[in-house]
Amino acid sequence: MLGGVFHAAVLFLVAAGLQLVFGVQRILNLACGSFYALGAYFGVSAVTWALGAGLPAPLFVVVLLGAGLALAAIGPPLERLLRTIYDRDESFQLLLTFALVLMFEDVIRFFWGTAPYQLGQAYLIYGQWRIGGSVVPVYNLVVIAAGGLIALGMGWFLARSRFGRIVRATAENREMSEALGVDMTRVYARVFTLGVALGTVGGALVIPATAATNEMGIELIVEAFAVVVIGGLGSMRGAFAGALIVGLMKASAIAIYPEVEMLAVYVVVISVLVLRPSGLFARATA
Amino acid sequence: MARVIAVLLGVALLAAPLVLPRYQITLLLPSFAYGIALLGLNLLFGTTGLLSFGHALFVALGAYTAAYLTTGFGVRHFELIVVGAALVAVVVAVPVGLLCVRYVKIYFGMLTLAFGMLFYSFLYKFYTVTGGDEGMRVLRPMLLGQPLAGLNKVDFLTGPFYYYALALLALAALVMHRIVRSPFGLCLRAIRENPEKAEALGVSARRHRFGAFLIAAVFGAVGGTLLGVPTGLADPLLAYWTHSGNLVFMLLLGGFDHFLGPVVGAIVFIFLQDLIMSLTSYWRFVFGAILAVLVIFVPRGLLGLLDARTRASA
Repeated sequence: MLGGVFHAAVLFLVAAGLQLVFGVQRILNLACGSFYALGAYFGVSAVTWALGAGLPAPLFVVVLLGAGLALAAIGPPLERLLRTIYDRDESFQLLLTFALVLMFEDVIRFFWGTAPYQLGQAYLIYGQWRIGGSVVPVYNLVVIAAGGLIALGMGWFLARSRFGRIVRATAENREMSEALGVDMTRVYARVFTLGVALGTVGGALVIPATAATNEMGIELIVEAFAVVVIGGLGSMRGAFAGALIVGLMKASAIAIYPEVEMLAVYVVVISVLVLRPSGLFARATA
Repeated sequence: MARVIAVLLGVALLAAPLVLPRYQITLLLPSFAYGIALLGLNLLFGTTGLLSFGHALFVALGAYTAAYLTTGFGVRHFELIVVGAALVAVVVAVPVGLLCVRYVKIYFGMLTLAFGMLFYSFLYKFYTVTGGDEGMRVLRPMLLGQPLAGLNKVDFLTGPFYYYALALLALAALVMHRIVRSPFGLCLRAIRENPEKAEALGVSARRHRFGAFLIAAVFGAVGGTLLGVPTGLADPLLAYWTHSGNLVFMLLLGGFDHFLGPVVGAIVFIFLQDLIMSLTSYWRFVFGAILAVLVIFVPRGLLGLLDARTRASA
């Protein structure tokens, strides 16, 4: 079960990035899975390098977080590229992000090759705990906590901070906020970068527990979509609830009947669409 | 203009086996298959204004129908396979379409993507039914009742099968032409331009979109049956969402607001892919860059470019 929550925490980060960008810019970013994959590979390399340079091993989480955040630097130039088609039909925006997916796949292949990358020992460095009969790596709990903290932080940021208010206002009504003196170019650049950061940090955090593979990005995006549909497009709370549902569904399906792992998730997606077409938490906040 | 292109293209493709080396002819086969599938996809995107990111579902459905009929039931008549695939496509597209056409724009795209991946995970996970990641074999079919067993594989593919596929493509194009020009096609275009106005005039947007979805599904599956024959294989990656993305890419390459855009896009895509793959192993990067340039600068595709030329010179 905790394995499911662990997966949910990572899934939430990627889905939150997707929601944020969609909520404000109205762009459904297919490339957010690629950010996740890129974060994972970059995280492995950064930690390997840092450990080689004599960093005490328990600090590797900090390096991972730092790697994820540093990688968000690709956000502004990508946003600049997307800016060329903001006034175009959303089908074209979707296609441009698909172009990014194709390109990032080969960027990863170019720098890291096709073999899976792993972070050897780091995963169990914090030891394991026994919780109710099952053994849980402490690292999983660290990531769950980090996911929870980021969720709370995002909630606070959107509801209370000055920039969060601007973001919500923009999501609500683009022209009106622009008329009131909001510099849309800067808001978009920042929101997009934040969305990228959520994806790359998610990818960096997941990597001690699994291996980085070429397909991880395009596989995760499909789950992130499921999360977003279940939760409702553009809703942060929806991303949180949806990630939990998908994470737990997957974990229990794998435990009971592995063949239906993804099928089960889609059954939920489709029933949500039939019963509550706008998702469980339609447009609560940004 | 459109008629000129159609005639030139038809003559060129008819003469191709006499002129081109056999390798290029085998490359044309998948582009005919994709051409048929894209004609259907374009009825959704170009005519109705719905972007499907799950069209690969129906292509895969067609390929697997061919695999099932040839290996499982010993049905070798390709005409029966095509009809069978069309029927299967309708059976699947009715429930899927009923759900999907309740949505438009981005939601439609996401939902079709979800259904495509649902089918993919079915193909991938249920090993005993579908062969899992190994896929299923597609045996050589009989064309018009002729067993053609005396020919070796390349002779079969570049000879009878080439012309058979070309004829099927031509037939599909004619049928689609009629559909687009029919009152039904006009209604679809009206819905694309202004759904509220179309509704006010008594055109049910949902029912027409559903009709377009069914037709697109049938074209997708018929294209899929052709796709399985040259490779002799139906594999689950045919249903993967990136394959759907590539289909949209081809459509955009050819030009979605041009009737022959889908066919031209499929041919150019396949040859371009072959060329770039022979030059670099990082062909996805090059293709991504090409797609980005297309989306930003040439959204109406190659034929759109041609139109602009002739209009400027006229």
